[in-house]
Amino acid sequence: MDKFYHSVRLDSNLCKGCINCIKRCPTEAIRVRNKKAQINSKFCIDCGECIRVCPHHAKYAIYDKLEEMKKYEYTVALPPPSLYSQFNHLDDVNIVLNALILMGFDDVFEVSAAAELVSEATRTYLAEHKDQLPIISTACPSVVRLIRVRFPNLIPHMLPLNPPIEIAAKLAAAEAMKKTGLTREKIGIFFISPCPSKVTYVKVPLGNETSQVDCVLAIKDVYPQLLSRMNAVKNDYTDIATSGKIGISWGRSGGESSGLLSENYLAADGIENVIRVLEDLEDQKFTNLEFIELNACNGGCVGGILTVENPYVAETKLKRLRRYMPVARTHMNHEAEEVIPWTTAVQYEPVFRLGNTMMESFSRLNQVERLCKKLPGLDCGSCGAPTCKALAEDIVRGNAKETDCVYNLRENLHNLSEEVSILADDLADGDKGGKETLRILKEYIQRISDEMSLLDRQENNDLPEK
Amino acid sequence: MDDAICLTYDISPDDFTRAGEASSDVKKKLKQMGVGPEAVRKVAIAMYEGEINMVIHAKGGEIRVEITPERIVMILDDVGPGIPNVEKAMQAGYSTAPDEVRSLGFGAGMGLPNMKQYTDSMEIDTRIGVGTKITMVVNI
Repeated sequence: MDKFYHSVRLDSNLCKGCINCIKRCPTEAIRVRNKKAQINSKFCIDCGECIRVCPHHAKYAIYDKLEEMKKYEYTVALPPPSLYSQFNHLDDVNIVLNALILMGFDDVFEVSAAAELVSEATRTYLAEHKDQLPIISTACPSVVRLIRVRFPNLIPHMLPLNPPIEIAAKLAAAEAMKKTGLTREKIGIFFISPCPSKVTYVKVPLGNETSQVDCVLAIKDVYPQLLSRMNAVKNDYTDIATSGKIGISWGRSGGESSGLLSENYLAADGIENVIRVLEDLEDQKFTNLEFIELNACNGGCVGGILTVENPYVAETKLKRLRRYMPVARTHMNHEAEEVIPWTTAVQYEPVFRLGNTMMESFSRLNQVERLCKKLPGLDCGSCGAPTCKALAEDIVRGNAKETDCVYNLRENLHNLSEEVSILADDLADGDKGGKETLRILKEYIQRISDEMSLLDRQENNDLPEK
Repeated sequence: MDDAICLTYDISPDDFTRAGEASSDVKKKLKQMGVGPEAVRKVAIAMYEGEINMVIHAKGGEIRVEITPERIVMILDDVGPGIPNVEKAMQAGYSTAPDEVRSLGFGAGMGLPNMKQYTDSMEIDTRIGVGTKITMVVNI
């Protein structure tokens, strides 16, 4: 599988070629070319910001359909804590878990239970790796992907433990095989996801060769299915919940940190804030911090784009739900201990490098600097790049031309038309070299029409594919 | 052969919100250039410390950065009080930062020692009542 696989996609039929997404993409991965957006798969980290901002719904997330459940003999649902935060007046997680069984799943394994194991393992890891502090959370796959392409210095600080979703999947699969005697292929492990980033993780996990999750469903698809069934289980359900406050808290920003029982942590949410924290961390602006929790979505996982509830309302609901819970209900055992650590290392991918060698990159950086001085600096986005600097970078990479800048083009036209009017005046004054002047005049008029046709081509969408 | 890439940043005094802008811009460029993570880290830390020093102690100034494929030269030129005792200022933990600055979490007395530690060479040219010019070099 492609190491730059993506679950965030573009439906070019719906794309109008506006500049909303190019302006909001935190890694400047999107360009508008031929009036359609294009996502650069090397820059994209599947954070889903573009899905959030596209007014035409041209960006979408890939995930599995509910019908996939029929393909397996035995299915296990992995509900994350963010799922519980979607419902009004929910005071017992068991209602959701039992409703999942009514929906057709043979069993459930709470991701929040696995999260309690990760919290416990993280506490041990922090105590044993004081020389590597601060440790950065790796639960949000978009954050891991961001660090992989942009913050090579911080890779050694990443927590080398599997995210709760993976540990839940591994344990659930093992449990199901033991319980049913079925082979692994006949068992379907279904994660119910708040975001596309987790879909990407399942297809191409970082830190693991493969994921034990077989299918990823969207919270927004499962939500309507659960509502009616939750009414059905209302007063008649069994206690199958296995997590407490610590596990449930993972659904919102700050939750993972609170499970570390330490005050020396920082929790940032929202991709722009995450980037600022990582920049500052790289400059060593923080002292005495043990743990950095980062979530690409505002509010944490409750803010994922596949959820239905407002993230801040969801956060409040989660807080209320935790109130009467025990601190933790799942504790470390030998079986769990084995599946927690990463099995593969994360490698730096220098995708933002301008050239293939240092000399080429240096020379291109020099060109970018020179081009930036020539470009208007308005960052208007009309050329399809988010900023003038991004256009300059595209030009030196050979993916754009200077004439893509409409302001440059306009200035050229102005200059040419001025020349033309001077020549015309000369002619009118009965200039001696009348023939020569006429020739130059014709040449200028030709150049104006060439430039105009360039502009028309940009307008009419028939610019050759770059 | 291309010329060195020359960048100039104005540092305004007392503006903590903007301190770090220059170092973060340089950092981004070095990464685009494919400079190794370790050299990027050294430049980022040394330059940020220098920027903060100019904000805390001086009446602003200018940072000039020259990038070549061999080295990064950072010249921090400020208009300020100068450093009366350079030897003392180079000691870890020695700080003359005022209390209000310390309350912001700065002024731990690690500025100059860190700058020295993270660069391959550092020269200080200081004149009392006039200003300080610090030249730092990080080899790639």
